[in-house]
Amino acid sequence: MKDKSLKKVLVIGSGPIVIGQAAEFDYAGVQACRALKEEGIEVVLVNSNPATIMTDEEIASKVYIEPLTLDALTEIIKIERPQGLIASLGGQTALNLAVELFEANILEEYNVKLLGTNIESIKKAEDRELFKNLMEEIGEPVPKSEIVSSFVEAKNFSDKIGFPIIIRPAFTLGGAGGGIAHNIEEYEEIVNIGLNQSPINQVLVEKSIAGYKEIEYEVIRDKNDTCIIICNMENIDPIGIHTGDSFVVAPSQTLTNNEFQMLRSSAIKIIRALKIEGGCNVQFALDTKSNQYYVIEVNPRVSRSSALASKASGYPIAKIATKIAVGFNLHEIKNSITNKTTAAFEPSLDYVVVKIPKWPFDKFSQGDRILGTKMKATGEIMAIGREFCACFKKALTSLEEKHTGLLKRGFEKLNKEELLKELYIQDDRRIFRLAQALYNNEDIEQLHKITKIDIWFISKIKEIVDLERSLETEPFTLELYKKAKSFNFLDSEISTIANVDIKEIEKLGITASFRVVDTCAAEFSAATPYFYSTFFEQDEIEEFKSKNKTDKENILVLGSGPIRIGQGIEFDYCSVHAAQELNKRGYESIMVNSNPETLSTDFDIASRLYFEPMNIEYIMNIIKKENPKGVLVQFGGQTAINLAEKLDKKGVKILGTSIESINATEDRKVFEKLLRELKIPQPKGCAVTSAARALSAVKELNYPVLVRPSYVIGGRGMQVVYNDEELLTYITEAFKFSSEHPVLIDQYLEGQEVELDLISDGRDVLIPGICEHIERAGVHSGDSMSIYPSQNISRKNEKILVKYATKIARKLNIKGLANIQFIIKDDEVYVIEVNPRASRTVPIMSKVTGIPMVNIALSAILGKSIRRAGFGVGLYKKTGLVSVKMPIFSWQKLNRIDPALAPEMKSTGEVLGVDRNYKKALYKAFLAGGHKFSKSKQRVLVSLNDHNKQPALPMLKKLFKQGFFIMATWGTHKFLERNGIPSKMIEKFMIDKLQKRMKNGRLSFIVNTPTTGKNSQNAGFQIRTIAQMYGIPSFTSIDTANAFLVAHKTFDKNTKLTYDTITNYRKKKFFKLFRIK
Amino acid sequence: MATLLLQDGTLIKGKSFGFEGEKKGEIVFNTSMTGYQEIISDPSYANQIVVMTYPEIGNYGLNEDDFESDKPFLSGLVVKNYSKKDSHYKANQTLEKYLVDNKIPALEGVDTRSLVKKIREIGAMSAFITNRDLEEAEIKEKLEELKNYEVEKNIIDHTSTKEKYIFNSSGSIDIGFIDYGTKRGILESLGSRGAKLTVYPCNVSAKEILDNNHAALFLSNGPGDPANYTYQIEQIKELLGKLPIFGICLGYQLLALSADAKTYKLKYGHRGGNHPVINLENNKVMMTSQNHGYAVDLENLPNLIRPTYKNLNDNTLEGFEISSLSVYAVQFHPESKPGPNDAKIIFDEWFNILQGKINEVNNER
Repeated sequence: MKDKSLKKVLVIGSGPIVIGQAAEFDYAGVQACRALKEEGIEVVLVNSNPATIMTDEEIASKVYIEPLTLDALTEIIKIERPQGLIASLGGQTALNLAVELFEANILEEYNVKLLGTNIESIKKAEDRELFKNLMEEIGEPVPKSEIVSSFVEAKNFSDKIGFPIIIRPAFTLGGAGGGIAHNIEEYEEIVNIGLNQSPINQVLVEKSIAGYKEIEYEVIRDKNDTCIIICNMENIDPIGIHTGDSFVVAPSQTLTNNEFQMLRSSAIKIIRALKIEGGCNVQFALDTKSNQYYVIEVNPRVSRSSALASKASGYPIAKIATKIAVGFNLHEIKNSITNKTTAAFEPSLDYVVVKIPKWPFDKFSQGDRILGTKMKATGEIMAIGREFCACFKKALTSLEEKHTGLLKRGFEKLNKEELLKELYIQDDRRIFRLAQALYNNEDIEQLHKITKIDIWFISKIKEIVDLERSLETEPFTLELYKKAKSFNFLDSEISTIANVDIKEIEKLGITASFRVVDTCAAEFSAATPYFYSTFFEQDEIEEFKSKNKTDKENILVLGSGPIRIGQGIEFDYCSVHAAQELNKRGYESIMVNSNPETLSTDFDIASRLYFEPMNIEYIMNIIKKENPKGVLVQFGGQTAINLAEKLDKKGVKILGTSIESINATEDRKVFEKLLRELKIPQPKGCAVTSAARALSAVKELNYPVLVRPSYVIGGRGMQVVYNDEELLTYITEAFKFSSEHPVLIDQYLEGQEVELDLISDGRDVLIPGICEHIERAGVHSGDSMSIYPSQNISRKNEKILVKYATKIARKLNIKGLANIQFIIKDDEVYVIEVNPRASRTVPIMSKVTGIPMVNIALSAILGKSIRRAGFGVGLYKKTGLVSVKMPIFSWQKLNRIDPALAPEMKSTGEVLGVDRNYKKALYKAFLAGGHKFSKSKQRVLVSLNDHNKQPALPMLKKLFKQGFFIMATWGTHKFLERNGIPSKMIEKFMIDKLQKRMKNGRLSFIVNTPTTGKNSQNAGFQIRTIAQMYGIPSFTSIDTANAFLVAHKTFDKNTKLTYDTITNYRKKKFFKLFRIK
Repeated sequence: MATLLLQDGTLIKGKSFGFEGEKKGEIVFNTSMTGYQEIISDPSYANQIVVMTYPEIGNYGLNEDDFESDKPFLSGLVVKNYSKKDSHYKANQTLEKYLVDNKIPALEGVDTRSLVKKIREIGAMSAFITNRDLEEAEIKEKLEELKNYEVEKNIIDHTSTKEKYIFNSSGSIDIGFIDYGTKRGILESLGSRGAKLTVYPCNVSAKEILDNNHAALFLSNGPGDPANYTYQIEQIKELLGKLPIFGICLGYQLLALSADAKTYKLKYGHRGGNHPVINLENNKVMMTSQNHGYAVDLENLPNLIRPTYKNLNDNTLEGFEISSLSVYAVQFHPESKPGPNDAKIIFDEWFNILQGKINEVNNER
């Protein structure tokens, strides 16, 4: 039963979203906090990530948005004196911190009990050597391996067992710094990088078992030693590709019962040996020709896989793990699904689940797409179907790509030989090559030999491909159509493939039916409001509704799909708040989303959850059943907004800002006209469709200009160009990519960038605050550091910003949220962008100002005046709080991506430094971002392009003054010399030497502003990419470097940081600001 | 189209993928996500039409090692989706071929979830499975037949071995074993722990068993309503207290009846690999493999019988002991097949007790 000594518990979050650690830990953390509150325990939460739902003040009793460092945690423990600490729900970050706190004796000193799995178990699972020993002790097989701390040791191993060899660094997340080496050269490189990235300078080198089946088990254990498997999962891609980058199916499909149980028993033996109390993930490799298996890895905590398993099975792993952590046993916990049975059971699925990763290669077209042991996906989608083919097809649609099908991905142009050769390439497109090969009638056995994908999966994919061929070649009949629908082909696909008018298809009147996810395969009656669609089966919605009769109106909330660069967890924050607010206001909230990592797809959030692709046909299926009063499109990011027009055309009521207004902000011409009418200045610009037009256009605009393709998410493909040559390079590239869409050219104003979010009911406008960017315009707002409240904007300009925002909101009749971006240049305010939807900064602004923005927006959407919300109108008053948002990048996971900041967004997450003092907030932001500060003399490499040299001078002087030893490339060195700043000249081509310095940690950071032209061969690019490989910060904007120096100075002065809750930071008001009525 | 007709008049269409013929049986469902091979070859499914709740069936074909008996006894199989193409290194025949060879009709393309809900709501029913369409008149006729349908009274006569035989002759512990339709997994579990089993047909007399001086007796699983098997119950009554007895499933039910407990029919039974069972002595919880339609009545348990295990889902009795008579029995299947291996420990415990008894006897001598 519950441990009664626990009154207050500290929960550590997982920090910023990076590849390998995404929204799943927000989902887990929120479940944990709720589970603790249910038990009457006060929750103290620490997380540096402000976009999370867990950092909402209603989730925890006390919320600290502070850096996840030993110092911060220690101070917070001193202040709060919790009895317990939960670290197993905050990913690798929280787990590592718990180990640090333990080793620094903080837990002992302050009498804090680590709840759930203990430190010893964590170490046994995480430390390769200890883990290997334990496995040998209990007789569980592990692949031949050795822990090495130098390349010499590593070579001894490879000499013994030969290649290929897998390299895995200890204690890194998502396998950062690992890989498979096929020869000694690759081996040396990967081992060295791995050694460098491992915090304990260790890597595991291991005999490769690539080609084995990869199977995962999600296990829960309580202190009564009860062990249950929530779900097992089979990777469609065999061992060799990181599970986070694999197509995964749940439950396993190709295992016999004996194999399933053999691995299940092993998983249980392991979790018992580790004495884990809570959730745990065990990964196995299983031979395809015998029952030989190996234990690959154990994660002694909830993970991405456990979030997936929770959604796949309906079993809330994080919640139950928390209950176990505070003392309960599984059989003492009520099963919230059946309300009769207990949590001690194993889910049985009567459907198939497929997960597909979402990779950022659409944004990083030059990135290395090869998949291996290092995870590259930023997010994932999950689909549920009554059978594999239907589920797989649905999952492909969930990816929200332009092409929803398996075929016509460009591989039809390859001849037999080329295609088979390319099939050996393990990248994100392999499945489409496989499909094309199946379409070409290549032999299944041969395809299996090449890809090592199990023949069962290949045969199933062939069934889908064959059906597509039937649609192409056979006469279109109702029977064929029904078969296609049972495989979840979209009507639009069928129309195109079979060449039949979509109206004819729609006339057939086939509608989807919805089924319940109930954890028990219908064995017990369950009341879970968790649905997925299928065809030609009984529908369970009506049954559900009749059992849960209500006269409430319902409203559909569109989620934001998979996490990708430019569309992250912040939109899940907004959708979840929208659904909860609807519930509070007496509506039934209907949620639709396809992302298994998020809280929005927890069936506890909305009145009803539909786990479906964010695709118009799937959403219309739901609308036909639910007949909602309207649809909310402004909370689910660009994904949801993009659906607005399609829904409107189908006669669905869009709530909030109208379609016309949404279009007005997206249609360049209309928008320009609108701003002209409002007499609001904007940068000049035009759209061109040829290089010649571009050249004549810039004559008017003057360099530098900002160029970008039309219609994009997250500023994809945007760039600043400074001369004709750069312009022509860009234009040629852009038209190579797509010649149908014009290229937009805008005057580039290198000024102060400012943004604000507003809430409007069409009449009044509430602006919670104004944020000022640290980097000058030209860096995507998602990648800029930004300060709230603004520190350098005059009161006059603040008034103008508010005036413009109010004018725009009224003119567009904004109902709900909007985000406006400005540039201030030469004391003139320009509007550059209006987004008529919730933006990335909504969660941050809600927290730093205390204004529940989504909730107020929702009341405006529902026709209430925002005045009644109690926060007034106009610009909201500032408090004593200062915050600095810092973007976080995942460079170490992505090869060959230029880390230079640009108008194109590249960051995956963010942290927030909060304080009462700007400099301290800035310092905290860098700390939270993982920057290391050191008192010893530090080397810095500076290499600037010609545009930046002069503007960088004040920063360079500071650099010198603050005692950094400057190394500079030739041009920069000369420039420094001219300005009397000493530096050591270093040749750009001495890359090897630089690399060695970086490897030895003898370089603290790099300041490198890129030369334009996306030439991946240039030296600057190489320096930056090597730096990212070794985890050395590289500042590619002078302004970021400048900010770092300010932070460094704060550090140098031995500034003592203090930590407080976000609520307290907001309390101390020291001045009241004007308001515009 | 192939057809499944339920006693309540529900008519379900599907595609035949098994034997081109027809059969009657009781309709039941199993929630195991793997193990269709073990399920179709488990004799306890005699006279039953089994619905698999997991939708993809046939994926890994059938292999030599995973059969639970020499031939199937079930009346039919109903699935959502049959995988024509199977894939496994051990597979040597397809599920379809096996069903055809053994004359078992089977349906695919069925909305199994709705069917399961129906069974859950209405309870176990009789049903008729055929590879063809049914005419209106025929439906009426069949419904009439279904109304009067009963599982064969002495179905265990079919599922039991006809002749006595020895299993694992090299074993060191001499155990008598009554086969009511045993799964191979039970024999193997006992054999691998050193038992030499003398396997008797279900109509064996108490005398014959006693004459053979076994160290202990084991009662197997099997199909049907335990209360029907009066002869078997009488024989067990005579054996109680004479030697240690262990029973699984039907064997457990017969032991309970012979000790004057009552059995009753569950609404839709327990069939699957995820049934949580709690050990009442130490509160340890196990996931167990189950396949039974009847239960021992916990409410009217004679004082002699001490409950040892309960089902956490519905609190039904799952195990008992009569220690004074050296009787131990569980309703679930410690041998698993298919299902989790958690309960294997029960065999070990029983062998420990048995070894203790044997040592006692030896010491007395």
